[in-house]
Amino acid sequence: MKNQSLSSNIDWICIIIYILLVFLGWLNIYSSSLSSTEGTYEKQAIFIALSVPLIFILLYIDGKFYEKYASIIFVISLLSLVGLFAFGKTIAGQRCWYAIGSFTLQPSEFAKAATSLALAKYLSDTQINLKDVNRQVQALAIVFLPVMLILPQPDPGSAMIYSIFIIVLFREGLPSWYVWTGFITIVLFMLTLVLEPQYVILMALVVIVLVHYKSRIGDRNIVLSAMLFALISGFVLSVNYVFTNVFKQHHRDRFNILLGKEVDMKGIGYNTNQSEIAVGSGGWFGKGFLEGTQTKGGFVPEQHTDYIFTTVGEEWGFVGSLVVIGLFTGLFLRIIYLAERQKTKFSRVYGYCVAGILFTHFFVNIAMVVGVFPTIGVPLPFFSYGGSGLWGFTILLFIFIKMDANKVNEW
Amino acid sequence: MRKVLLPALIIIGASLLIIRVFYLQIIDDSFKLKSENNAIKIKYDYPERGYIYDRNGVLLVANQPSYDIMVIPRELNNTDTLEFCKLLNITKDDFIKRIEKAKVYSPRLPSVFLAQLNKNEFAAFQEKIRKFEGFYFQKRALRDYEVDFGANIFGFITQVNDKLIEKNHYYKSGDLIGKQGVEESYEKILRGIKGVKYFQKDKFNREIGSYKEGKFDTIAVQGEDINLTIDAEIQKYGEQLMVNKRGGIVAIEPKTGEILALVTAPSYDPGILVGRQRSKNYTKLYHDSIAKPLYDRGLLAEYPPGSPFKIMTGLVGLQEGVIDEQTTFVCNHGFYYAPGRFQGCHCGIFGPRSLNVGIYKSCNAYFSNVYLRTIGKYKAPYAVDVWSNHVKSFGLGQFMGYDLPTGRKGKIPTSKTYKKMYPGWGYSGKTIISNAIGQGEVLMTPIQLANMMSAVANEGYYYTPHIIKKIKGEKIDTKFTTKHVTTIDKKYFPPMIQGLFDVYNHGTAYALRVEGIDICGKTGTAENFAKIDGVRTKMQDHSIFVAFAPKDNPKIAIAVLVENGGFGATIAGPIASLMIEKYLRKKITRTDLETRVLNISLQGRYAKLGGLSEEVKKQLRIQDSITNSKIKAAQKLDSLKTKKQ
Repeated sequence: MKNQSLSSNIDWICIIIYILLVFLGWLNIYSSSLSSTEGTYEKQAIFIALSVPLIFILLYIDGKFYEKYASIIFVISLLSLVGLFAFGKTIAGQRCWYAIGSFTLQPSEFAKAATSLALAKYLSDTQINLKDVNRQVQALAIVFLPVMLILPQPDPGSAMIYSIFIIVLFREGLPSWYVWTGFITIVLFMLTLVLEPQYVILMALVVIVLVHYKSRIGDRNIVLSAMLFALISGFVLSVNYVFTNVFKQHHRDRFNILLGKEVDMKGIGYNTNQSEIAVGSGGWFGKGFLEGTQTKGGFVPEQHTDYIFTTVGEEWGFVGSLVVIGLFTGLFLRIIYLAERQKTKFSRVYGYCVAGILFTHFFVNIAMVVGVFPTIGVPLPFFSYGGSGLWGFTILLFIFIKMDANKVNEW
Repeated sequence: MRKVLLPALIIIGASLLIIRVFYLQIIDDSFKLKSENNAIKIKYDYPERGYIYDRNGVLLVANQPSYDIMVIPRELNNTDTLEFCKLLNITKDDFIKRIEKAKVYSPRLPSVFLAQLNKNEFAAFQEKIRKFEGFYFQKRALRDYEVDFGANIFGFITQVNDKLIEKNHYYKSGDLIGKQGVEESYEKILRGIKGVKYFQKDKFNREIGSYKEGKFDTIAVQGEDINLTIDAEIQKYGEQLMVNKRGGIVAIEPKTGEILALVTAPSYDPGILVGRQRSKNYTKLYHDSIAKPLYDRGLLAEYPPGSPFKIMTGLVGLQEGVIDEQTTFVCNHGFYYAPGRFQGCHCGIFGPRSLNVGIYKSCNAYFSNVYLRTIGKYKAPYAVDVWSNHVKSFGLGQFMGYDLPTGRKGKIPTSKTYKKMYPGWGYSGKTIISNAIGQGEVLMTPIQLANMMSAVANEGYYYTPHIIKKIKGEKIDTKFTTKHVTTIDKKYFPPMIQGLFDVYNHGTAYALRVEGIDICGKTGTAENFAKIDGVRTKMQDHSIFVAFAPKDNPKIAIAVLVENGGFGATIAGPIASLMIEKYLRKKITRTDLETRVLNISLQGRYAKLGGLSEEVKKQLRIQDSITNSKIKAAQKLDSLKTKKQ
């Protein structure tokens, strides 16, 4: 009975965009895989085929199921991450896969959905006020638990995605200074890498002094200003220290390329250089399907996974890139629109998490491909090759679509 | 407010990405080129250059395989340097230097390590090349000269320079092109058209298939073989005769205008401009500014022709009706053409003499008188042009239009010339009387002299001299089969020809007769000056001789110039006679003459010119000094004249 109404209740816009993205993704994987002998596009076709029953299962499961078992799902997910330390398979220096026969499964791809569910559950379960510091700590703990397990794999790309939960929490009442702190931290970090630390500290001092004397007499707090300055100085110096002493050379290089400090295009700069050439040579309409010379020559490393957007740029040009970026942006905004009209807090928070996670992947991935973000391993949702990724994002999205379809029957 | 943050971030983020993608794809257009350099490899298929044969089908120039050793520095791996250097006969320092040079060019792309090895040099290395990772070879076709003469005719093959690459898009850096000689003038026919193939490369610089299924590929077109008009036998013989001398020989078949021999001396073995020693040898030739081995004297050496020009003076006089065969003039070791102005003559016969005697004794007085009458026939400026036009109808004073890339116009003065030289003053035949005997303002190159003899031999017509006999599958330019008729009527030639024949019977070339061959000829000398240690010094005269044979139905017309050879009959004359005999009889009966000529060396005379400081060498422009001196002398003479008035 429920299933009959399901087709009229689910959001077809999201589903059509999903289908388009998966299909376009597969076309580009097909093109980029012709340069190698591995049958990546056949495998991806199997992954896509397998996601069809997965979608039916997700839509068949009762909407209440996720809310009810969110905590258990979260715990299982955490356990799967912990289990990696014992049973994980190491690929390219990263211990983040379970190997089942020839298939590998990456639990961190599913942990995002689980964390989203847990966070939604936590925020909806009680009359939570995020102005309360204890609540803030508890909410952040839910986010940081998986991050702590993912970072040592090491998989900084996946871990970084979790920073978007700050924005979700902010939507639900987290004080704005968290966002400001995050923003200022990023700015200070980048500035420290570009400039000498002493200049950054000097700039901070000037800004703090200005703010101090511009504010009303009553609001002036010399102790607070001094502490702020000390904090910033400490951060800047430690960033500098970490960058030169703790970071490995390849980490430093990734930032240096971005900052234009290093121009060794045959060594470390090769990836970014080649992916910029591939995208840049596309022009308005691209070189045509299966005609990309960079793609055919296999110049872009990891082209079917993290660098899949280079194929779009090269073979479909600016028009194709615009279509893909447009589809993604449309999906994100649609999800947020749907989330805002949810009747339960649980599904609203979850919807926000879905949009945030997908957007972060999308932005970090394409920004890296076009050379405005450091090289970091983050897949492009629905596009990049890989079963875990595809299924992880499918689960993430379709749980929300199911929740959204359920809203009519709730009360 | 809190609801807006995420949608705002999404829109800002997406916009940033679109701006960046727009910048990469639309605004910055450097990536297209980078991607082509990256991923497309262009391979040229160079067709073999056409062969060059002589008029009788003797192969002169063929091709030989040559091998360039290429290196990709990045792929070098444990090279056994010692063995490697031994195989290629290079030093270890040289090896290191070459590898460094290649690295500077590109560690990833192939560059030439050692160029143009011949088959023998390469054979030993080829067996071992598999042992040396990062090295491979590229086969090319180089010229293979079957003969050791004719370097000036063939020209040579060299790499195109950047200027030409910009101008002519056919050529790419590193391509070869013919320079000088027929290699240059028939470059397009000999080279064919190279084929182009585009390949898709992968990141390891390997080809992984053709680009766009070969949509842009073209097939190479083979170069065509050509036959030259040159007769290898007499070309070779001419070069032998000119050993240890400087100068040029041009022989033409009068009936067709075909160049039978084109000798310049000193010359060089064309083979030395092929292979590894090429650039070293070329530099040596190029910098020899005294002997100028790359300077084709047959085509480029402009001199006052001297006595052979009397033929023209006589013919014009006959045509204009100012003399006839019987007209006589008196010579007393010369004559006074103006009060106090005496022109010497060495003919040694007193009393009146006719045209015939005037020619075979080469009497200055006779022809000066003819010239005075010719110029006196009309008013001053017009008269000069009448004379000038007659002379020019023999192809003189202009580029002849032959199919070799170098040449000089020579000079036949017109009324304009004298208007410039004597502004404001009138002049008469007497002012410019030196023209009568081929001095004055007249300048000619050896090929022009030969062509003049051709026209005389043909009794009033000639074909533009040319060196192409046959192009496989193509017709030669019609300008070489178009008859040029002179302004002198046929009937005036026989007395002149008789006079030239008598040069051998009674005249200046009496000692050069060849039994059984009726040769008509004329001796000549050209004064010349050189700057030695900054002082303008009169050098020994250039020896000139022009001839054609046989008298009836001529088969060869020839001009010989020997720099500083002295009187025309001493060196140039014997050479002309020997060449004619060699061509007509294929053997030499005057062995006495032959031995004498072969043994003559003028190196002693030339030594005066050599061994100079670089500064003086630069100043040394023989021709310039001649022309300048002539103009100055004429001006001086003119100013004297006006003083007297």
